[in-house]
Amino acid sequence: MSSVELKKVEKHFSGGVVAVDAIDLDVPDGAFVTLLGPSGCGKTTTLRMVAGLETPTGGEIRIKGQRVNETPIHQRNLGMVFQNYALFPHKSIFDNVAFGLKYRKVSKSDIAARVKQALDIVRLPGVEERFPTQLSGGQQQRIALARALVIEPDVLLLDEPLSALDANLREEMRGEIKAIQQRIGVTAIFVTHDQGEALAMSDLVVVMNKGRIEQRGAPAEVYEHPRSEFVANFLGNANFVSGTVAAVNGKRVSVVLADGARIDVADSARAVEMGEAVNVIVRAEKIELGGGGLAGTIAAVDYLGSTARYDVTLAGGQKVTALATIRDGARRVGEAVSLAIAAEHCRIL
Amino acid sequence: MSRALARPYLLLSPAILSLSLLMVAPVVFVLAYSFWLRTAEGLDVPAFQFGNWANFFSDEFYWLALYSTFKTALITTAVCIVLGYPTAYFLARAEIKNRGLLLFLMFLPFWVSYIIRTMSWINVLGKNGFVNAVLMGIGITDEPFKLLYNDFSVIMGLVYFQLPYMIINVYVSLDGIDRNLESAARVLGCTPWQSFREVTLPLSLPGLGAGSLLCFVLAAGSYVTPRLLGGTDTLFFPDLIYEAIISQLDWPFGAVLSVVMLVALGLVIAVYNRFMSLSDVYRSFAR
Ligand SMILES: Nc1ncnc2c1ncn2[C@@H]1O[C@H](COP(=O)(O)OP(=O)(O)OP(=O)(O)O)[C@@H](O)[C@H]1O
Ligand SMILES: [Mg+2]
Repeated sequence: MSSVELKKVEKHFSGGVVAVDAIDLDVPDGAFVTLLGPSGCGKTTTLRMVAGLETPTGGEIRIKGQRVNETPIHQRNLGMVFQNYALFPHKSIFDNVAFGLKYRKVSKSDIAARVKQALDIVRLPGVEERFPTQLSGGQQQRIALARALVIEPDVLLLDEPLSALDANLREEMRGEIKAIQQRIGVTAIFVTHDQGEALAMSDLVVVMNKGRIEQRGAPAEVYEHPRSEFVANFLGNANFVSGTVAAVNGKRVSVVLADGARIDVADSARAVEMGEAVNVIVRAEKIELGGGGLAGTIAAVDYLGSTARYDVTLAGGQKVTALATIRDGARRVGEAVSLAIAAEHCRIL
Repeated sequence: MSRALARPYLLLSPAILSLSLLMVAPVVFVLAYSFWLRTAEGLDVPAFQFGNWANFFSDEFYWLALYSTFKTALITTAVCIVLGYPTAYFLARAEIKNRGLLLFLMFLPFWVSYIIRTMSWINVLGKNGFVNAVLMGIGITDEPFKLLYNDFSVIMGLVYFQLPYMIINVYVSLDGIDRNLESAARVLGCTPWQSFREVTLPLSLPGLGAGSLLCFVLAAGSYVTPRLLGGTDTLFFPDLIYEAIISQLDWPFGAVLSVVMLVALGLVIAVYNRFMSLSDVYRSFAR
């Protein structure tokens, strides 16, 4: 069953800005769905339309099967977590978490019990008396999560909840949010522009670009089988190697580069013709250094600790980036290398 | 005193110096004057006696004047709140392009002398003024209403003068409220009105408080407006100070009245500070 459905939903702002352009989306019950895309692609606007904070200029939004376009915000029973936490600064933590319950006519004693339970869930028991400014950023974000979850929302909406935290805390919190979501079984829509977050947390990744959905799918599917150059590029380090089709055998394609080197593509996403100019897409970590058919020279080295990123200039002048585990010291600039690219890791779009 | 300790005082010295010369010293002089003796011949001679103070405390008239002044100031403040808050809310929240222009227009009248602006009310409210002309023109009344030279016109003039201060104070604090807080309240189940009451109003109280204090103090201390727009029975404390010092040349008694005014307004500010000090305002509302 779908928890949230968007049907041709669009949002035009005054001044001709098309923030969201007729998107369709089904969020299955209990799923963790991520809207992923660059800044300004309409993620927040989409989320705010689900919450009711923004009115769609077209299309239909359904929550639990009911059309909610006309339902006022306060009757939608959603939980929302904001990037800047948005805790009420003039209210104690208890009053912050209890806020939604107060407007749901829950009895005083039930409120106390449920606030306590919510604070236990986010592992911050005993902070009821404090004020938001007396908590760290990570703690404030946990309280924001508790405040959203305590009302047992139909859908949990999260707008870049981790981006204000520092890197270590971010990784810790993303594991925690995911664990809590799974334990409670609440449907979640998570907005981020961080591909790592999207891949690590989601059941379904929805890649957005310029107000449209570019691709949707399980994290591995979207990562391994990008359907557009945009997706390939946005989700991790993709190389685009241009060449000419030299042989076609069903979905198996051979591409010859300017210097005469060959790259085999196991599974072309579309039909190509002999002699056609194409871009072969291959991710940086799929390029192996040493013992392959492509010759090149290392132009730059980015030392990352356990791995290194190498900019390699191919014999024909094209540049590719390779990400490799360091075994016996990193390679040096100017070193000649040979590159191996397995056919099943190459794609033509 | 070590150099590090002296440093703040050194940096503050221009402020301390100018404040003591221009503020503290005159007040001390006024206080000293209040104990001087006014002779039967009308001379003010240095002395230390409590005759002037005794005169003040024994005459109900001055207490009445103080009461009437504070009452007018209070009404002015209340009217400014009622008119100013919605205006500020509109300026801060409406989706308008020319916010800056509107704010600028609000302060535009300040480019014209305060006295001229106050006097122009005479043309509006007077017997043959604009309002009465319109009312008689459309036949609502045959006789002109008495709109001028009474408490109404005084409050009108004071509100007119003080409203922008109220608006700008409230505007600044409304503008500083994170819009996500209101969104959060709405998503959690508040109607627009409830979210205003729970979030917007409490968080804008510092601005409302500051604007109110400013309005009250400026209104209570104003002299030109009551004098130009008030009637013969208008009782305004600063006006009495003027009468004593300028008309009667009774400096010692004028000094007494000035000190009373200073202390009375000081008390108001102290009370404000007790209940509205900016750091406490959030917390006092959490209860
Ligand atoms: N109130 C508004 N009025 C006009 N245009 C708006 C408004 N809100 C958003 N936009 C525009 O709509 C587009 C999408 O904005 P949105 O906030 O949804 O992007 P986003 O994907 O959340 O980006 P980010 O990652 O930077 O948060 C942007 O071009 C933005 O400028
Ligand atoms: Mg956003």
